[in-house]
Formats: sequence, structure tokens, C-alpha cells
Amino acid sequence: MPFGLLKYGLSRKHPVERHFPLPTELKPAYDVVIIGAGGHGLAAAYYLAAYHDITNVCVIDKGYLAGGNTARNTAIIRSNYLTPDGVRFYEESLALYRTLSEELDFNILYSERGHFTLAHTDAALRTSRWRAEVNKHMGVDSELIYPDDIHRLCPSLNLSHDVRYPILGALYHPPGAIARHDAVAWGYARAATRRGVEIHTNTEVIGIHEENGRVTAVETTKGVVRCGLAMQAVAGSSGRVAKLAGFRLPIKTIPLQACVSLPLKPFLDQIVVSGSLHIYISQTPRGELVMGGSTDPYGLYSSRSTLDFKEGLLGHMLELFPFLGDVHVARQWAGMADMTPDFSPIMGLTPLDNYYIDSGWGTWGFKATPVCGRRMAELIATGRVPDILYPFRLERFAEFAQVGEKGAASVGH
Amino acid sequence: MKIMNCPLNGPRNISEFAWGGELRAMPDPNTCGAHEWADYVFLENNTAGMVREWWCHVPTSFWFIAERDTVSDEIVRTYRATEVFKDRVEFKTAPLPGEPGS
Repeated sequence: MPFGLLKYGLSRKHPVERHFPLPTELKPAYDVVIIGAGGHGLAAAYYLAAYHDITNVCVIDKGYLAGGNTARNTAIIRSNYLTPDGVRFYEESLALYRTLSEELDFNILYSERGHFTLAHTDAALRTSRWRAEVNKHMGVDSELIYPDDIHRLCPSLNLSHDVRYPILGALYHPPGAIARHDAVAWGYARAATRRGVEIHTNTEVIGIHEENGRVTAVETTKGVVRCGLAMQAVAGSSGRVAKLAGFRLPIKTIPLQACVSLPLKPFLDQIVVSGSLHIYISQTPRGELVMGGSTDPYGLYSSRSTLDFKEGLLGHMLELFPFLGDVHVARQWAGMADMTPDFSPIMGLTPLDNYYIDSGWGTWGFKATPVCGRRMAELIATGRVPDILYPFRLERFAEFAQVGEKGAASVGH
Repeated sequence: MKIMNCPLNGPRNISEFAWGGELRAMPDPNTCGAHEWADYVFLENNTAGMVREWWCHVPTSFWFIAERDTVSDEIVRTYRATEVFKDRVEFKTAPLPGEPGS
């Protein structure tokens, strides 16, 4: 092996497998145009090509491949939500994630860790018990556990009562997992392009042409492309793109910040979340601690980081893991989260007949990538809203039929 | 820390303030339909650029208006709500069932 590597290094040829074909010119027309080449858009393109035989598809993005919230999330996958609609939806996503590496022939480093949502107050314990019962009723492995069990499963967690917010219990969700978020997007992109889907990055949408309530073409910085139908999956820019299509959304764009530490020896197997302390933490296979908190206190179209955020986050982190006091933060970043009033996504039909939306993913989008892609593809291919998507329709706000998931958001907002 | 200028209390840390969202005209709750009310309650302009918003200085519960750029994160101007609302706003309650006009 070392000789093979030496030979490779000294050779003038360095063959590398290309994951995606080289970019080509935009064609004048496609059957389907997907705006947004993040995990969701790419997944929809893959399922359209692989399951519905619709391959004349173009995915366009203003930036680079999966450079938005797909690259910026903290890669946590779980299905222990609060409403039956939410639990059913995310549970299907988990099932798809478990076999995704095999399906895409691309290792997404899916790793089941177990997921704790810590409770520091009686109110949080009550919500945990409520979630556990809804989860169990829906067939999801989830239960309320107390400090002795927490200590047995996660011995590095500080269970002392000598802190500001002692831990009273936790909602324990054994199937909670993490995955390599970029690999999810790359895997979908490779599998989709192999079936004929085109991906055009650095191509910004600047207009959406419509006639009689139908989209006819999408205008980009590289020209106008006609389309049979179009879908938008653009996270923090959802409002801006929807405005081009002529409608407004119940979405506020608010930054969500995160950071990672320098790599440490593996000590934390589980994903630990505290809603009351507004923090969550997990350790990657490389040993870095991935840490995040609640969204910023006000809306902004920016991915800047702030010191206030890190002070708040790490102050609480030291209550849970006091020995991290000397560990350095290696990187910090932010993504623009598209927050809805009920903390549930918006998927499905829009006021335009052949224009579909996938948005409102706020702080919970990565875990839904496979199910959302698959069901949005089903909607595009059949024209019928799948039952599992129906509760998340845009119209629910006008009908005052929200799907309240704030209690199951990873942290309080 | 970012500083915001409160029209009542002067420059203070941004952590003392709560974001109240876009300034927009409320439809008359007595005459508007459910759809119009849902639009008012839920739909956002979510503007990328200059916006006019409600903010509250939490320790003094003082609500005022700020002009802010949501792309550059720059607070351009803050002022008392009386600059916009010259007259007192009366909130008429909807008539109870059985009352005239219900």
C-alpha cells in the first residue's frame, strides 16, 4: 500500500473519479426545474429520476452545490416529534436514511447514537412524557428516563445538583443518529446526474414567468428556461423566491449559528440536547464536538457569527460538560433558517397551478431530506398531494390548522 | 455587543431588546374576513433590505420603531411610535353574539 501511494504520487497521471459531470449549457426547456441545489432539491431530483422515470430535470442554484443550510446544519436525525403528523413524517425519513448509503452507493456515514432531550423543569418533564407517549403510540422507540439511567448511558454528563439547572430526566430516543451532511447531498447529486438530471450551480433565479396562473419559464442569470413545472427548495431565501412567483409566505428568515471544537478523543456517543439551556451537542467520527443553539434573537439575511451567541451557548455547555472548559472552538458559522409560526415545514401546492414549494425548514430540515425529496417527487410526478404531506400544506395557515411542533424543536426558540 | 439606540433610554446592548416584527397596518377585526385576518397574522414580507419594525426595550417595556437593513445588519434609525401614529388607535371589540351587528 505505501508503495502504491508512492507510485501514485510520482506518476504524472492522477485519475480521480468525477462524482458529477462537467457543467454544460442550460437547455432552452426542461420538464421540471428545481430551484435550489441543496439536499432537498437534489433528493427530489433523484427520486423523480429513479422512481418516476422523469429525467429531463434541471436543478439550479445561485451558489455552489449544497452550500446553503445543507452544509451548515448539525446533522442530527430523529423522529421523536410531538404531533402524530410530525412523528409519522420524520419516522419515514429515518427509515429512508437507514438504507440511504446502499441506495445511493455512497457512504453517508450514518451513525445511530441515541438522542437525549434533557429536562430541567417539571414542565419540560411533562412535555417529555407527552412526546414519549405520542412516539410510542406511533411505533417510535422513545421513553422518559431518569438520572440513574442517564448516568449509565452517558457517564460524561454532569448530573450534579450543584448547577443552575439540574437535570431531572430526559426523553431518550435510541434511533437518534448523525450523518455526514455533505455526503447526503453529494450522493443524491451523483445518483441523479447518472440518470440524466442536470445540475447548474452559480445560476441565480431572477424571475419567474407565468401565464394564467401557471409557470411557463424560469429566468436565470444564464438565460430563460421554459419548464413544464417548477419547484422551489431554497430555505432561507424562500420568501425572496416566492415573491418572484408572486405570493407571500408565513416565513421569517432568522440566522441559526453553530460551531465545532478542536477534535477530542471519543467520549460522547449520544446526541445531547437541552431545550431549557438552548443547546445541543454531538461528537463526530473525527472527534470534533458539533454544538448549536437557538436561532438569533432577530431576523437577518446574513450568515455572520456573533460573540453573544457563543458566550450564551458555551456558558450552558460547561454546566453539562464542565471538563470542556479548556477546549478551543475551531470553526463557527451560521445558516439562514426559514422559520414558520408553528415550527413545521411548508410543502406542496402554491397559488400557482404547476409551481410547488418545499420550505419552512427552519432548524429541522436536514433530517427530513429523504422523505421530503421522495414525497415531493411523488407530488410532482402524480399531481396528487401525498397523505403524509397534506398536514404541511401552505393553506393550513388560512384555515388556522397549524401543526404545532415548537415543543419538539430541538431547543427553545 | 451590538448597540441599539432606544428613543427613551439611549444606547443599550442589543440583548436588552426584543424584536417585534414588521410594522404593518392591521385590518379592522370587525369587518375583515378570516382569510384577510390570517394573512395579517401569519404572512410576512420578510424583506431583504431596509425594513421598518417594532422593537421593545424589555427592562422598561418601551415599544418603539426601528429602521434596519436586514442584509447588512445595520440599524439606521430608531424613533418613538408617535412619529408614525399621530392619533390614538382605538381597538373596537367585536360585538358579542346576540348584540346588534353580531
